[in-house]
Amino acid sequence: MKIRELQKFFWPTLIAAFFCFGAKTSRAQENPYIVAYDHYLEEPGNLEVEYFSTIGTQRGGPNYHAYWIEFEYGVTAWWTTELYLSGQSTFGESSVFTGVRWENRIRPFKREHFINPVLYMEFENINGADKIMKEVEGHDVESDFLRPNNESKKEHKHEMELKLILSRNYKGWNFTQNTIAAKNLTNEPWEFGYAMGASRPLALKASAHRCAFCRQNFVAGVEMYGGLGNRYSFGLKDTSHYLGAGIAWNLPKGWTVRVEPTFGLNGDSHQFLMRWGLSYEIPGFGRMVSALFTGRQQ
Amino acid sequence: MKLRVYAGVGMALLLAAAVWPAAGKWDYSEIQNVPEKQKVKANPMEKDPEAAMAGKILFEDHCEECHGVKGEGKKKAPSLQAKEVQEATPGAIFWILTNGVVRKKMPVWSKLPEQQRWQLVSYIKSLGLSEAKK
Repeated sequence: MKIRELQKFFWPTLIAAFFCFGAKTSRAQENPYIVAYDHYLEEPGNLEVEYFSTIGTQRGGPNYHAYWIEFEYGVTAWWTTELYLSGQSTFGESSVFTGVRWENRIRPFKREHFINPVLYMEFENINGADKIMKEVEGHDVESDFLRPNNESKKEHKHEMELKLILSRNYKGWNFTQNTIAAKNLTNEPWEFGYAMGASRPLALKASAHRCAFCRQNFVAGVEMYGGLGNRYSFGLKDTSHYLGAGIAWNLPKGWTVRVEPTFGLNGDSHQFLMRWGLSYEIPGFGRMVSALFTGRQQ
Repeated sequence: MKLRVYAGVGMALLLAAAVWPAAGKWDYSEIQNVPEKQKVKANPMEKDPEAAMAGKILFEDHCEECHGVKGEGKKKAPSLQAKEVQEATPGAIFWILTNGVVRKKMPVWSKLPEQQRWQLVSYIKSLGLSEAKK
């Protein structure tokens, strides 16, 4: 699939979603993280359509713009599934479709605890031109992105990724830590990484009137993520690390805007990444699909 | 080939989950399971005249989809005007909101700050009063 086809597909979907489901009232309550996950899953039956974008600086080569679309569906209150389609444009080179990811998050415990674990499993069918940096693992470094697109897109990767998400809310703050283990299924060693974040709404009490700019609609936070080497060379040597400060603006009718300027923390990291995202939540999507198949009234 | 199998299994699971019949009668037994210590917690927003109004907005944003516009209940979720809910202590409702009833599709709402959950409790409690006035 060419990147233009991907773009053609995304915007009509988002616009159609807005007009078809915009009449429903819903407000997402999202954290500003772009890489880290907290322990909250999608509400059952809701579909969240998300677009994320990263503009990255590249030393020794052209800068790039990587982007992905995410379809996140709450199957039950303890299971969320997501499909990603990703692509990138390297300035002065080309735009390429970089692959598909299928992710599942499962909440093993039925109640809130001091620390709340979520199990994450993802299958990736991507190519070597992938630059979305949805996570950083192993010895991923800035120089990996120097290969030209026409060469790197020929490399196919089938990867499995596991995460243990540990998250906690305390006095309005969310603290989360993700441990990542990823395996390229073509006989390469397990690679490891981490992500962690902290966030808090600007106001904890809700306003008694509807407003787009009320402080409770803004959630500010920081996140840090990076690689931890692989099974044979575990540690910080030849790994990259990032720190981003972000804000999420939860708008009426299910829209959320996230912005996160991110800085590389060592010589192996990209110096600067500008990351942002736009998401839209469609409440009761599962019920609508169910009605299509069963003919039951909504 | 393998990818197609995975995709097929995934789609089948999703479809099965989407068309799974909604639960029938609601038994409200989760309220009985609330720990005693939590049941006796008082609502710190009880005397805030704006708490129920703010709670109404939160209810419209997060709860109405499943529980109905006035909390009357729908196929997907029980009525909040029911005696079991209206007679429950604020602490018990707060605990249910915080922990969800995950096995019965009620999500965890601890992502809303504590103050907002109490505002929701104020609104849910006001649903019973408005019913009584009718």
